[in-house]
Order: sequence, then structure tokens, then C-alpha cells
Amino acid sequence: MIPESKLSRLLEKGEFVVTSECGPPRGTNPETIKKKGELLRNCVDAINVTDNQTAVVRMSSISASILLKQMGLEPIMQMVTRDRNRIAIQSDILGAAAHGISNILCLSGDHQKFGDNPKAKNVYDMDSIQLIQTVKLMRDEGKFLGGDPIVDPPKMFIGAAENPFADPFEIRVPRTAKKINAGVQFIQTQCIYNMDKFEKWMEGLRERGLHKKVYILAGVTPFKSVGMANYMKNKVPGMDIPDELIQRLKSVPKEKQSEEGIKMCLETIDRLRKIEGVSGIHVMAIEWEEKVHEIVENAGLLPRPVI
Amino acid sequence: MRAEYPASIRIVRVPCTGKVDIVFILKTLESGVDGIYIVGCEEGNCHFMVGNIRARKRIVKAKKILETIGLEPERIEMFNLSAGDGVKFVNIAKEMTERILKLGPSSIPRNAVIMEDIEEAI
Amino acid sequence: MVIGEGKPIEEILSMISDKKKLLVVGCKGCVTVCSAGGKKEVEVLSSTIRLARAKDNNPIEIKEETLERQCDTEYLVLMRGYINNYDAVLSLACGAGVQYCAEMYKSKIILPAINTNFVGVTEKQGIWTERCQTCGNCILDRTGGICPITRCAKSLLNGPCGGSSLGKCEIHKDISCGWQLIYDRLKELGLTDAYEEIIPLKDWSTSRDGGLRRIVREDLTL
Repeated sequence: MIPESKLSRLLEKGEFVVTSECGPPRGTNPETIKKKGELLRNCVDAINVTDNQTAVVRMSSISASILLKQMGLEPIMQMVTRDRNRIAIQSDILGAAAHGISNILCLSGDHQKFGDNPKAKNVYDMDSIQLIQTVKLMRDEGKFLGGDPIVDPPKMFIGAAENPFADPFEIRVPRTAKKINAGVQFIQTQCIYNMDKFEKWMEGLRERGLHKKVYILAGVTPFKSVGMANYMKNKVPGMDIPDELIQRLKSVPKEKQSEEGIKMCLETIDRLRKIEGVSGIHVMAIEWEEKVHEIVENAGLLPRPVI
Repeated sequence: MRAEYPASIRIVRVPCTGKVDIVFILKTLESGVDGIYIVGCEEGNCHFMVGNIRARKRIVKAKKILETIGLEPERIEMFNLSAGDGVKFVNIAKEMTERILKLGPSSIPRNAVIMEDIEEAI
Repeated sequence: MVIGEGKPIEEILSMISDKKKLLVVGCKGCVTVCSAGGKKEVEVLSSTIRLARAKDNNPIEIKEETLERQCDTEYLVLMRGYINNYDAVLSLACGAGVQYCAEMYKSKIILPAINTNFVGVTEKQGIWTERCQTCGNCILDRTGGICPITRCAKSLLNGPCGGSSLGKCEIHKDISCGWQLIYDRLKELGLTDAYEEIIPLKDWSTSRDGGLRRIVREDLTL
């Protein structure tokens, strides 16, 4: 357990946790992120702060995380290895820890081709698994990658993402094992729509006892409309959205589609809670943060535990 | 049957259109000719399998080069016909001559030496 | 081999716009094999330049040459007798050849006629693809003979990322996922256990990041 992290303490206690996420603004106004944080207060246990997601320039994940922390919220700082070399990564980890940030999500990051700077040079001095190892080394051995000791090492609860729907499927369990061996403690998954495939992945984890070595937070994203569902199916890398879900959305009138989307999301949460080895959910309501409270409440997950 | 093709056309014989490299086309233009066309066998009937297909691809490339330097790509063309089709041969010659007459003379000055070099090379 | 491709004609014409006498020099090495800078490309480019200039009533005199290589002084030196008759040299060699030519003929303007793209292979006639990024520290023994630094768009040493879909990379549907290739190959070789071994942080100092790279073989030096 990492006592500095509320998320870690809750999971250790066996609570079914709820996390959500905030995308930082494309500008300097701190109120934007504070407003999003406020919408999530009391309905989630921790909040992911994305790091220039889809490679579009935004306020830095580290500073937006600090703003949430100052509000008494629990940020999970996302960090991608696309934009920083090992010097900047270690330095940012120290800086984040100095501001009391105690959760980090280690990612490789979307390729810059998808963002607003497709001509950028990517860094990838390390990958997400090596980032997990780096944070663990700094925390547990109190050392920098160069071997020098760290005065007051950072205390970070280490997370990673996993996409059970990416190919090849047969390495998705071995890959999770690889991340666990590197030192990951919690995993947030890609949005789950193909429940059969997700259950198969979980089964694979259980067969190897991996569900006892890492906390799995299952990702859900409610559909706002058929248009959004189609966009995600066709344009977002690594998404697996079965056609029957889109058909179901299409079967209701346009003005009722968002309501249906939330209903579908609640049904998914219901099924996820019954799966052995799922320790919580990660609600990614993309630019729809105001709906998170309703979803969590209707899922019967309120009030959130106080620790 | 004795069909006649326009007298302004000079024929350069090659064993196969596959022999026609881009550089021959460019150099021929350098000699100041107003147009060039390559007449190959029907596609699928090349004695050397794909000679005429290669020629067609090279003509496409040569046209692109002309475009980039501001010369009319229409000055070069590729045609296919069977060896016995004299009527089509004459029709092609007339069609190309008409096209070149419409385009007018090439902006490249005449240079007879280059043309002789090319014939020697081929 | 080193793979290159010709620069756009417009770019070349603007480089030589004020030149009246030009030496166009190809290379019989890699760029001949990849049809970017051999004897034939020298002829086509020279002819194109002459046509473009003749059309604008601004003729140019060109000497066409193709050296055995431009990355060795023993061949570059062969231009000594005539290079000074020309206003500039347009080299169709790779970036190394162009630079080495410029190093030998310090008072001459040496211009590049091709872009040097990558170290790769001839996949089919007319199609070349990259295979090596010359990192200076080969790990192909661990990855089934397929290079993740080259084949993965993120150069992940422990891939694939979550964007791998049906064997393709997230950045383009025509690009194979490097890590799918690696995993398939490991499977063929019966080495899937190797997949779970974490490849550690890479030492990039043997790559470009270490500054100008140099190899000295004492057994060969004179």
C-alpha cells in the first residue's frame, strides 16, 4: 500500500472504487479544470488528468493535477513517454510528488500523427513498461535511473492502462503480466463495450492469479449519440464496439439516445461488478463530466467511502 | 491498301517499346521536336511479356516531369496496336499530328546533333 | 543499403537558378541500386534541367559524371581535373556522399539532388522499405529478427501499444504493427516465453544522441 495515496488505501481496504477523468483546458484559465473537478467531487474516489491526450496540446497534466489537489481532490496524473526523455520524466515525477500528487498512470501516449502537431518529433526514450519500472525504482529503491540516491523519494501509487481489445488478443494477458512484473499496482482499461472479450481477458488473468497482484479498474464510457458511437468505432484506435450496441442506440429516437446511452453504461457497470477480479470502475464521460454523478448514483455506488 | 501517314513524322525503330527509356524521350525533346509518341503492341501481346506496360509507365512518368518544368505533357503519348493494323497506325499518326499542330511548336530550340546521338544510342 | 529519392525538380531548379555551368554527379553505390542517383538518373535529371532552362531561354551547360562512390576520397579525387570548370556540383549521392564531396572541394558549392531517406531493402522492384535506424546497439536477437525501433511508430521496446488492430498500426492501415510481426515470428520460432521478458531501457548513446559516431579499427589503419 502507498499510504500517501487515498486510491491505494481504498483498494487495499477492499472498497469497489470509482475513478473518472478530466481533460485539461486548451488555455490558461484554472477555473475550467476546477469546474470539472467540482462536478466530480463526492462521486468519484480519484480523477485521472490526461496528458495531452490524442497528442493535442493542452495545459500540462502535472499542473492541472496540482490544481485538483489544491481543491482537496485525488488526482491520478497521467504521464506519456511520447513527449519527454528520461531526464524530464524523472524531474516531473519529483515535481508532482512535491505537490502531493501520489498516483501516476504510465502510458506511451497516442501517436503525434493524431494531434495538432503531426510534424513533431516523438521522444520515446522509454516505453510505458519502462516508465513503470522507473517510478518503482525511484520510489522503492530511492534511486535515479543514473544510480544516484534520491533525497526524499517520491511516493507514488503506480498505474497503467491496458486495452483488452487490441490485437493480438493472445498477448493481452502476457502483456498485463509484463506490466505487473515491472511494478504496476493498478490498471485502468480501455472503454469496455465488447463484454465477452473483456470477460475472456479477465478469465485469462484469473487463470494466472494476476487479478490478485493488480487492481483492475474497468473502463466505461457512455454514448451520447449514434454519431459519437460511430466516431469511436471508426476513428478511435483500439476501440471494439459491437454492432448490436449501435443498433440499439439507433432504435430509439434521437432525443432519447443519450438517455439510452447512459442506460447501457449502467447495465455494463452492473455486469462488471459481478466479475471476479474487477476492483472498481473508471468512468470516462468525455466532455460530459456533469453526467458522472448521475451514472455513479444510479449504479448504486453513492455515497463514496470516506477514509 | 496504301494508306499514307503525315510526312512530318520521323520513325525511330526499337526492338520493343520496353527499350524506350525516359531519357530517350527527354533527349528527343531536347533536340527540339514538337511531339513524340510511342507505338507498342497491344497490352497482353508483348513478345517480351511486359515491355509495352513498362513503356506506358515510363510515359506517365515522363509526362509528370514535363508538367513540373512547365512543358505540355500532351506532347508525348503512348499508343497500342497490333502489328498488322495499318489503318489504326495511320489514324494514330493523324490524331497525334493534329494534336501537335494545335499545341504549336515546342519552346525548345532545334538541335539536330542530339537527335543523331539518340538514334545511335537506340 | 541507403535508400534515397530524387528531390522535386522545382527545388533543384531553384538551387541552380543562377548557375550557367553545372557538374551533375551520380554515385554507383546504394543510390544506383535504388534508382535514385545512378548513371541513368544523372541522365534523366540533366536532360530535365536542360529542357527547363532551354524553355525559359536560359540555357545551361551540364557535364554528366557518375563516380564509383562519393563516400571515398579515392573516387572523389577523380573530379579534380575538371570540377573547377563548373559553377557548382549537383550530387545525386546520399547525404554522406554530398558532404564528403563538399569536404574535399572546399571552395566549390555542392548541392544535393536527392533526399536520403533510410537504411532499407528492395521489397519489390520499385518498392523500398526501411529496416534499420542505425541505433548502434542491435537487439534483433531478442525480437525475432524484427526491429521494434524501426518497425514500431513509437519505437516501443515492450510493445505493442493499445493501438494495434488486426495486425496494423494505429497511425496507418497500410503499416503493419511491428510488435504483431515480432510476436508472430516469436511464435513461429517457439519463443513466445521471450515476449514476457522486459527489454530494459535502451542506451541511446550509441545512436545519434552520442554525437558524431566514429569507428576505428587499429588492425586496418595505416
